[in-house]
Amino acid sequence: MTSRNCCLQPELVTPAAIEIHQVHKRFGSVQALCGIDLTVQQGEFFALLGPNGAGKSTLINILAGLALADSGRLAVLGHDVRADYRQARRSIGVVPQELVYDAFFTVREMLRFQSGYFGIRNNKAWIDELLERLALTDKADAYVRHLSGGMKRRVLVAQALVHKPPVIVLDEPTAGVDVALRQSLWAFIRRLNQQGHTIVLTTHYLEEAEALCNRVAMLKQGQVVALDTTANLLSRHAGIQLRLKITPPCLPDALQELSCGRDGEVFKLSLHHHAELENVLAVLRESGVEVEDLEVVKPDLEDVFLELVKS
Amino acid sequence: MTGLLTLFYKELLRFWKVSLQTVLSPLVTTLLYLLIFSHVLESHVQVYSEVNYTAFLVPGLVMMAMLQNAFSNSSSSLIQSKMTGNIVFMLLPPLAYWEFFVAYVAASVARGAVVGLGVGLAGLWFVPLTLAHPLWMLAFAVLGCAILGAAGIIASLWADNYDQMAAVQNFIIVPLTFLSGVFYSIHSLPPFWQAVSHANPFFYLIDGFRYGFFGVSDVSPLLALTIVATCFLALSLATLLLLKSGYKLRK
Ligand SMILES: Nc1ncnc2c1ncn2[C@@H]1O[C@H](COP(=O)(O)OP(=O)(O)OP(=O)(O)O)[C@@H](O)[C@H]1O
Ligand SMILES: [Mg+2]
Repeated sequence: MTSRNCCLQPELVTPAAIEIHQVHKRFGSVQALCGIDLTVQQGEFFALLGPNGAGKSTLINILAGLALADSGRLAVLGHDVRADYRQARRSIGVVPQELVYDAFFTVREMLRFQSGYFGIRNNKAWIDELLERLALTDKADAYVRHLSGGMKRRVLVAQALVHKPPVIVLDEPTAGVDVALRQSLWAFIRRLNQQGHTIVLTTHYLEEAEALCNRVAMLKQGQVVALDTTANLLSRHAGIQLRLKITPPCLPDALQELSCGRDGEVFKLSLHHHAELENVLAVLRESGVEVEDLEVVKPDLEDVFLELVKS
Repeated sequence: MTGLLTLFYKELLRFWKVSLQTVLSPLVTTLLYLLIFSHVLESHVQVYSEVNYTAFLVPGLVMMAMLQNAFSNSSSSLIQSKMTGNIVFMLLPPLAYWEFFVAYVAASVARGAVVGLGVGLAGLWFVPLTLAHPLWMLAFAVLGCAILGAAGIIASLWADNYDQMAAVQNFIIVPLTFLSGVFYSIHSLPPFWQAVSHANPFFYLIDGFRYGFFGVSDVSPLLALTIVATCFLALSLATLLLLKSGYKLRK
């Protein structure tokens, strides 16, 4: 066993954090997922983006065993979610999108039960740390039904982390959480990522995904329409936009093909690379046009998102 | 084992936290039955020659309360978790389907035992009771609660809303418990209804349970135990298969 392993490539020995192969799922007449293929490596900070109804939660639910795929294979750290469900579930912590709670119990009771379900008897130190990190310490003995929406969401995050899962999946963890706490929540999640936990998140706040995630998958109608590093997606899809104010206010013919609209006196040109900027300025100089104002606008994930969703 | 024990403990704590509703209220209802029926029927109903009617009634009422509360416990807990969505907390961890089953059934037995003990002790105030065969009594009590605990799991898995759940309770469980010989010996029934009663598994539970107290019964306790144990095994198997398949839990 050992002797065989030492001859393999390192990437063959360490399994991917998440492996999804040809997953299909249908709800009645709705084809929620059609042939999803996705691999997330250990240690990644991964975003799963897409419009409402794209199938993000469905995919997460199937990965967590909350729903069953019609076909396809899924594994967490190499453990098949059906055949080896115990190991798979021990390896993953999921924050569900729905704000659910048990009206009978307090925050601390919920966290103790959740630890117990994962086979952990005495988890007080880690529960206390989770409460502290998620600013819930003074609510520890309050009934969850008495907490505000944002606090309930943070309890869900704490519940997902009781067993220190190597793979953490957060389905819109910041919906309804205020700005300050969102920042501290991300700081906490980022630290977990630095400690080696793999993070997968969905969010509709695209600036969050852009700031945090090194790789992005975009889902649309149950299909992966883009899968790349955040940096590549940004540069490949939306290029940059140049905003010009010129006298006389008339764009030279040679630049017409770059034009992407006009905003009053401002001409908008879309470029693929910064390198093209030089060419644009040269054309303007040769045509005797004077530049009064120039602005370079970088695209963000939102532009990429809108472009992909539209197409 | 920790997962199973935690789930069991959570279920105990759940009914204990609302014990006014889950323990005290069935206790009061059952005692009202005892008060009224024993008063009205004492001199009219002939049961076993050597047992007076109130003494006959008490074990029947104890068993009825146990069965109904065992059913309520698993069914109301699960349907609430399903409807509010917090069932995910139990579906995400690596709990095996059989652990789920054992925890819910054990909690049902516990709730049944607490309510049954309460009714039994209160009954002593009305009439002195002796235990002829305590182990027989215990066997029927535990099997009865376990059967109803399992039935509660099946019903709450099947039901899509509280209304359907209430329908099972009111149209199946309550009639079956009432028509099982709690208030009368089936020997006092016309032959047709005697035959019908023999098709009701609850009849064997009550009859066998009563045997534990008086040492007399309508049918042989061994036959009753065999039928009851078979029911328990069949229902457990059905429940386990449903849980394993993820029926209405894992979409
Ligand atoms: N239990 C269900 N029964 C029937 N249809 C469902 C069910 N769950 C999801 N769907 C359908 O599957 C599709 C994908 O839903 P899903 O919840 O995965 O979307 P999402 O990408 O998470 O959207 P959002 O951003 O709004 O959370 C939708 O069309 C939805 O209506
Ligand atoms: Mg969703």
